Amino acid sequence: MNFENQGIIKRLADQYGPENLAVVLGNGDAQGAEVFAETVTQGDPTYAGPLAGVPLKIPVYHVLEEEVMTVVPEKLREEKLQLSLLVIDVEPMRQVLQASREKL
Amino acid sequence: MLKGKKVIAIGERDGVPGPVIAECLGGAGLEVVFQVTECFV
Repeated sequence: MNFENQGIIKRLADQYGPENLAVVLGNGDAQGAEVFAETVTQGDPTYAGPLAGVPLKIPVYHVLEEEVMTVVPEKLREEKLQLSLLVIDVEPMRQVLQASREKL
Repeated sequence: MLKGKKVIAIGERDGVPGPVIAECLGGAGLEVVFQVTECFV
């Protein structure tokens, strides 16, 4: 995750409290999602960005996970997410993010 | 789960972009406090 975005997330966590935040990802692959999730739960794995050593423990979901899809109105789901569902393999994403949430 | 949370939407150019996530979650009545689209090159 780029440093600018890490800095913004750190500021939002300071402002609202990390316990009041959730991150929803749109990654196309599970590997990228896992790195993003690690960054906002355990801290920047590269130890170079603003979140290095900052374990915010913010729960992370993917927008195509069932938990998220069910709250999105059907019309928006069909118009905006249906196509992505055909090209993105959600299951590996769900597995890494569920494991990440269980560690919180 | 997401209910009552302020949401940070981090999209990806090769996946679902940030504005699309924000629109979908906003439509679900959730407050999106930041949205961005990252890209890996």
